[in-house]
Amino acid sequence: MATGRLKVLDPDRCVGCQLCMFACQRRTGQAGLAESAIHVRSRGGLSRGLTVIVCRACEDPPCLAVCPTGALIKRKGGGVVLAAKKCIGCGFCREACPLNAIFWNDETQKPVICMHCGYCAEYCPHQVIALEEAA
Amino acid sequence: MLKNDPLKRVLYIDLSSKKFWIEERRDLFEKYIGGTGVASALLEEECPKEIDPQDPKNPIILAVGPSTGLFPIVSKTVSMFLSPHNKLLGESHAGGRSAVALRLAGYGAVIIRGKSNIPVYLVIDSNGVKFRDARALWGLSVSETGRFIREREKGSGLRSILRIGRAGETGVTYSCVVTETYRHFGRLGLGALFGYKKLKAIVIEGGKKALPVTDRKLYKETYDDILTRLRENPSLKKYYELGTAVNIIPLNMLGALPTRNLKETRFEKAENICGEYFAENLLGRRLACAHCPMACIHIAALRTPYEDEPYFYKTTFISYDYEPIYATGSMIGVGSAEGVLRLLDSIDNYGFDVMSTGVVLAWTTEAFEKGLINEEHTLGLEPKFGDVETYLKMLFHLANQSNEFYTALARGVDFTSQKYGGEDFALAFGGNEMSGYHTGYGIHITHLTGSRHSHLDSAGYSYDQKTKLKELDIHKLVEKLFKEEAYRQVLSSAICCFFGRSVFDFETLARMFSLSGFGYEAKDLEKLGQDILIRKYHFKKARNFAPSKLRIPRRIFETISPHGKLDEKVLKTAVKLYEEMIEKRGGGACK
Repeated sequence: MATGRLKVLDPDRCVGCQLCMFACQRRTGQAGLAESAIHVRSRGGLSRGLTVIVCRACEDPPCLAVCPTGALIKRKGGGVVLAAKKCIGCGFCREACPLNAIFWNDETQKPVICMHCGYCAEYCPHQVIALEEAA
Repeated sequence: MLKNDPLKRVLYIDLSSKKFWIEERRDLFEKYIGGTGVASALLEEECPKEIDPQDPKNPIILAVGPSTGLFPIVSKTVSMFLSPHNKLLGESHAGGRSAVALRLAGYGAVIIRGKSNIPVYLVIDSNGVKFRDARALWGLSVSETGRFIREREKGSGLRSILRIGRAGETGVTYSCVVTETYRHFGRLGLGALFGYKKLKAIVIEGGKKALPVTDRKLYKETYDDILTRLRENPSLKKYYELGTAVNIIPLNMLGALPTRNLKETRFEKAENICGEYFAENLLGRRLACAHCPMACIHIAALRTPYEDEPYFYKTTFISYDYEPIYATGSMIGVGSAEGVLRLLDSIDNYGFDVMSTGVVLAWTTEAFEKGLINEEHTLGLEPKFGDVETYLKMLFHLANQSNEFYTALARGVDFTSQKYGGEDFALAFGGNEMSGYHTGYGIHITHLTGSRHSHLDSAGYSYDQKTKLKELDIHKLVEKLFKEEAYRQVLSSAICCFFGRSVFDFETLARMFSLSGFGYEAKDLEKLGQDILIRKYHFKKARNFAPSKLRIPRRIFETISPHGKLDEKVLKTAVKLYEEMIEKRGGGACK
């Protein structure tokens, strides 16, 4: 598994096209947004600019600390990997993340967490996000 | 179409009884794709022939298409209704986030029937509809309405907020619906219809759904191919660099920029209101519609001081484009970008259609100059070309329909000039005020024959700029415009932004649709485009419309265009030819 981390370089360059969000879902081969682990929204109306919400690959992830079933495993390079089979969908991880960067799939009732593959960054037209290789 | 595609779900909402229900209409989407195709079929089902636009039976129809949420730049929503402005086919398209939101909420179309007893706003999500009390929002501006709803409702990033301002509430027949602050369902008065229904706003909350495709690998390949073509196409550059405002200087040099109510076609202050000036001095940010890489939305940051306190400023963010600059700039003689922006800000907040409003102000100024109206009509105001302060005051009276004159003016220049005179310089076609082009015969054929009387119907201005007068063949031109409009019916059924038209040919569209399980070939789409166009023509014909019966304002024959002085006979012949062509291809067999 890759050990790089996705980084938000400059949210002020973001134009809100949401190509990253759709790219994240397209990894799965499907369209829409069910499995998208990155979110772009306005800061309270588009005139105020945009904010990009995505896991920043914490070295000591709070989400991992609260998982009662050990479904979140520490990822090399930061962040976590979800072992879906162990996950009971309690949502504690989502509550624990101060960035609100853990998303939710309503159909599977499981969290959606960035795996830092960098696929989204390939589609960003304005260098807002990039995959940084691990040091 | 695919069995599990939520596109087939049509949401019916009755404002009178505050009820909603969902019907599966596979039949419609399989036959007509989505967008304009589906909306025009639904309009036929929903809209009785004899009603007035104010009748509660006048429906609001919104529709998206199969490729929305799947492919980039396929992010527009089509609205259809009986137009409060010209009492014919009301159709308006808006970018922003509504299309993706609606698709991800799990609907292909929405139909709004009836009339509420009190002001309401609607929240549409995957579970259906919530009716919310909007009495406390009535009377608020477009931006204030957006602000309150934004804070009260959830779903930021996946939602769209459609709302009206004062102009829609009082029923100005060319009021619009604003979405995401900067995009509009403009022209033809959807805002007034919201107002008649006491519908202040609609929030559409998109869910985080998956959308099915027939072949996952092929989907990713097709996506990458289309995105690459959109990025590499040099003709699209203008949309995201300077934006559509880039056209001001070339059209002015060509002598095609309507100036001071089209008394002239060159504006001596064009350089002060051109795309280059805006970009260098005022451009504050660029934005994109949902799932679109173009970011063509250009936002100016206007810093203005408060007069009553030193060192006290506000900064307002206002979007600009070619048409709004024409309408509030050259057309009314305003030669400063700051003046244009102040007018645009006010027009946006009252929720007027900007093009109609510019033409209305231009007509009023000339009618005042000529003494057809006086201070008694205008409530003491003396409109002069270029006088921003007076125009700002007039906008207030117009939105509130302050007296009999402003009430007439709130119905457009066709109506007002019939009452007060000045028809020769009342620049509307089919009841819709003109766009920012006096390029030659093509644009005015488009204005007269287009199903929405919009410059975007068949883009005659584009053909004018490519054709020299001596090469002009009216038969060929009419044929081209018909074909162009028929093609655009497929684009707006998809529904792709027209800015991407150079990439979305019939073959590409057929490939995109096939990934949603539609078996169209390019030639089927060509035929479908014509069928949709003819159906829209039927809708108008059933309401006593014929292109050859339309009034043509004399002014366009007096003011020289790049094709010279236009000949009335030639234009009338062209319109007649178009009418014969559409009748021959099925327009005559009115259902």
